[in-house]
Amino acid sequence: MDLSAINPAVLFASLIVAATPILLAGLGELVVEKAGVLNLGVEGMMIVGAICGFAVAVGTGSPALGFIGGAVGGAALSLIFGLLTQYLLANQVATGLALTLFGLGFSALIGQGYVGIKPPMTERLSFGPLSDIPGLGTILLRHDLMVYVALIAVVAIWYVLNRTRLGLILRAVGENHDAAHALGYKVVRIRLLAILFGGAMAGLGGAYLSLIRVPMWTVGMTSGAGWIALALVVFAAWRPGRLLLGAWLFGGITALQLNLQVAGARVPVEYLQMSPYVITILVLVIMSAKGGRALGAPAALGRSFHATH
Amino acid sequence: MVANSDVTFAISPGEVHALLGENGAGKSTLVKMIYGLVRPDSGRMLLRGAPYQPAKPSEARQKGVAMVFQHFSLFEALNVAENVALGMENPPSMRELAERIRAVSQEYGLPLDPAKLVGDLSAGERQRVEIIRCLLQDPKLLIMDEPTSVLTPQEVDILFQTLRQLSAEGTAILYISHKLEEIRTLCDEATILRRGKVVATCTPRERTAREMAELMVGQVLTPPARARKPPGPVALEVTGLSVSSPNPFGTALKNIAFTLRQGEVLGIAGVAGNGQDELLLALSGEILSPESCVRLAGKPVGRMGPNARRALGLVAAPEERLGHAAAPDMSLTENALLSGYVRKGFLKNGFIGWAAVDSFAQAIVTAFDVRTPGTHVAARALSGGNLQKFVIGREILQDPSVIIVNQPTWGVDAAAAAAIRQALLDLAAKGAAVVAISQDLDELLEISDSFAALNEGRLTAPRSAQGLTVDEIGLMMGGAHGMDVAHSHHDAQGART
Amino acid sequence: MIRLEKRPTPSRFWVAATPLIAVVLTMIAGGIMFAILGKNPFDAIRIIFWDPLFDPNMSAYSRPQLLVKAAPLILIAIGLSLGFRAGIWNIGAEGQYIIGAICGAAVGLAFYPAAGWYIFPLMVIAGALGGFLWAMIPAMLRTFFNTSEILVSLLLVYVAQALLAAMALGRLRNPEGGGFPGSRNLAQYPAASNPELFAGTGIHWGVVAAFIAVIAAYVMLQRHILGFNIKLTGQAPRAARFSGVSPVALVLICMGTSGALAGLAGMFEVAGPSGKISIDFASGYGFTAIIVAFLGRLNPIGILLAGLLMALTYIGGELAQFMLGLPKASIQAFQGMLLFFLLALDLLSNYRPRLVKREGA
Repeated sequence: MDLSAINPAVLFASLIVAATPILLAGLGELVVEKAGVLNLGVEGMMIVGAICGFAVAVGTGSPALGFIGGAVGGAALSLIFGLLTQYLLANQVATGLALTLFGLGFSALIGQGYVGIKPPMTERLSFGPLSDIPGLGTILLRHDLMVYVALIAVVAIWYVLNRTRLGLILRAVGENHDAAHALGYKVVRIRLLAILFGGAMAGLGGAYLSLIRVPMWTVGMTSGAGWIALALVVFAAWRPGRLLLGAWLFGGITALQLNLQVAGARVPVEYLQMSPYVITILVLVIMSAKGGRALGAPAALGRSFHATH
Repeated sequence: MVANSDVTFAISPGEVHALLGENGAGKSTLVKMIYGLVRPDSGRMLLRGAPYQPAKPSEARQKGVAMVFQHFSLFEALNVAENVALGMENPPSMRELAERIRAVSQEYGLPLDPAKLVGDLSAGERQRVEIIRCLLQDPKLLIMDEPTSVLTPQEVDILFQTLRQLSAEGTAILYISHKLEEIRTLCDEATILRRGKVVATCTPRERTAREMAELMVGQVLTPPARARKPPGPVALEVTGLSVSSPNPFGTALKNIAFTLRQGEVLGIAGVAGNGQDELLLALSGEILSPESCVRLAGKPVGRMGPNARRALGLVAAPEERLGHAAAPDMSLTENALLSGYVRKGFLKNGFIGWAAVDSFAQAIVTAFDVRTPGTHVAARALSGGNLQKFVIGREILQDPSVIIVNQPTWGVDAAAAAAIRQALLDLAAKGAAVVAISQDLDELLEISDSFAALNEGRLTAPRSAQGLTVDEIGLMMGGAHGMDVAHSHHDAQGART
Repeated sequence: MIRLEKRPTPSRFWVAATPLIAVVLTMIAGGIMFAILGKNPFDAIRIIFWDPLFDPNMSAYSRPQLLVKAAPLILIAIGLSLGFRAGIWNIGAEGQYIIGAICGAAVGLAFYPAAGWYIFPLMVIAGALGGFLWAMIPAMLRTFFNTSEILVSLLLVYVAQALLAAMALGRLRNPEGGGFPGSRNLAQYPAASNPELFAGTGIHWGVVAAFIAVIAAYVMLQRHILGFNIKLTGQAPRAARFSGVSPVALVLICMGTSGALAGLAGMFEVAGPSGKISIDFASGYGFTAIIVAFLGRLNPIGILLAGLLMALTYIGGELAQFMLGLPKASIQAFQGMLLFFLLALDLLSNYRPRLVKREGA
């Protein structure tokens, strides 16, 4: 194995790219869970976002429109979840699973004509001479716009959740929906909006996979990224800042594992491929051993709300 | 179903008006209409002469109506200031709000730290959060829904001082309760509801509590009778019982000790959230403890689960009927199996003899006058009182040697409550030991031989119930929990140590 | 506007009727979906639901396939339904299915080419044990560390798939296979094969096991205290603790049973219909079984019927694939849609919709 083939700066840069899809999806799910809703359909929303984004980008030639398409696709799928769980009081776990199963099939269906096509290239931003700084420039300043959008979203979501009235109401709804209702807040409407936001973010994450990270469309291409995003939310203890750290950690493992494959490590490829999943499980175990509630899990997470009068 | 029909009453500024009625009389529905949570089908309301028809609570708040809920509308994981902000229309910045909370709490003698998590507060302190939330809105009409059920007698006095101060400042107060003595001390006028209708209006100071009780219940009440017998040998012995709570915001038990003899009733008082749930769980076997901390007829059972303790004669009826004592969606027959199969021998190699279970369920329904179309009905379809009779009956008909009950008559109508108390006394007369945990002091004084109080997870030494005064009981319950800093602080400290 | 009123007791009629209505609604919505894809919706529905059973040219092949496809679905769904009833969400049955197949096949291949009556029973034990142990990972993590069994069991599917690939390319590769990935064909190794027991019926040992599982689960849920405890824990967890149910034991029992049954299904599949460990051995039975469990209302008899229906959509889907050129994935979308309709209609068994003038809150 030739470890010198791995350039640390390039590795860090690819870590950030690898982290972006799960970061986007994880941020969306974080907001959803803060509102007290557990949407296990992230994988399904991501892959529908991946194909919708891909199809729109190929159709219009514009990656930007593609990302919008991805977000709309993810949000549309999450709307089904929202209607079922918020208005028809369906079990959230079962509905989330249904969303994933349906999303995987449905995306393959609309993706038929797109296999083997290359999407339009997304430009990387250039910060002029700054991008040429050795090391730092490569790591931070030569990425596409979406990488920065995701980073800004981390700060924005932190700010909204912790410093604004909207965030306070959202957390209140996730903490005790009966009390929020008694104070006159529209629990169902607030949750539905959070679900749509989560769907749009997952869709963006999926579109990032098919338009930039891979970039092409293959059936089942998310291969568990949505589930890793769900695990990230637990790892992050429902805090946006820690979600970023977690996403970089998993991005790092993915990037390193790919680099090791390229460098010709003596471990069979299959074992390297399973490493992100195994490490996700290990991290989940370490985090959950401390106790979910103490970590800041919303108290009403996963419970249906129905006003009794 | 009609919760209220043709209800008419009026409150003037500065008046404290009582809304009196039994559980299920329609008090809650009525105030929810005033607060904009429920819409009336017909009729009208006037607020200071203007038509008043709130579509939602925020509109009610804007018009100067504020409400302190019976089950607090608080968020445990948020701090005091955030909780207050959620109940306000246009809250100021958090820093300014914290200042105002300090100012108002000083003015009315209700100390509160705005940065504290609500989950870490006592029940009395939580009520202060609700009251301050209302006061910051400068309300014209303040609705209080059963505010004293979570307070010690001393805390009730302080609350009443606050309310009198408010009414002197011109705030109208609508005070909902079923506790007659309170209403006689505090209220200027009373409207009495029964089955959703106004049955009487009166001036409480001019009536006796008994008169009002009979107006409220619509029948003459008889206090439970009991035949006292000398207590027998020790049935249950608890020593040095300390366990942590399974609930993140629960109360740990600290060094609980008491001895209970056959035929004796131990009443345990305490304000909600001082370890009542945990005590029931630790005695019933849902929480395990070191082996010798709990002894049943001398046998150490601390490490035994609920079924092993049942086999030895200890049964329990938890406070929460739906979801803990009974499974809401299961039939009465299935609920009879739930805690009955060990002592009644319903299982053969793990297989269930459903016919026997059903006749047991039938027996409970008959013996305890449970009003239900049949035993196939889901538990959630029963009214609170009927389900409580079923739950208590299920345990009593297992012929236990020790029974633990928590809030046996909470939310139950007067007739059913009387029946349940009588059944517990009859069981004690047959030689069983009874532990009754309750927040209803009148109830405890009525049925207990000895009396103790839980305060922050500690149990006071049991005393004979005869001759205890309400003031003494209040001090056992922890006095005023530091509420009135000037006077009661030392008492509260004393009770803790 | 419509207001929901909780029924005092769940409606038995709607519990039974909702799956049927959901199937009909899915046919309609699926028909629309096929129409948008440019296919005749009536042909498509007929080919998926009718032709596999009754078309004279197709049924000879399709009818036995029905049991072959339904057996693993039913076997897995029965196991899953126990956990789902108790609020224990094992959604990684696909992984347990794969590990069961690998373990079963490994034991069989270890004896190659010996003959002996004991080889197949040993494979059955190995398959069940493999699935059981794989399911014990999330079960143990949940009981000791309170880790979400949903996420762990699902993530382990990806690990199992990587293991499957590693096995097909590595230790279990056929030494006489000319370097191609995949193991020896167990169907051609009599001591280790799971053959069709009655010619032309599709019945193999896995079908027998599925029927036994249905009956055992039915009896347990109706008459045994363990079944009562499972239902109680799902409906009212605190009442279950009051009743004396140990939540730890219940998690281990439910996860272990579902893992063992999924492992068995994988083992019967690899020794029979599939024949060998290969990279594309996993065909999604573990996920479809989730739909089967819900469609069957978590009731053993319901699961039996739902498993047959789902098997029919698989076969019909294949048929539609080569008759109409419908993509393979459309059947997956179709199955997902069915689950949506079912979950949406579920409301009717617990709530009564009422038309009211306006809602107050």
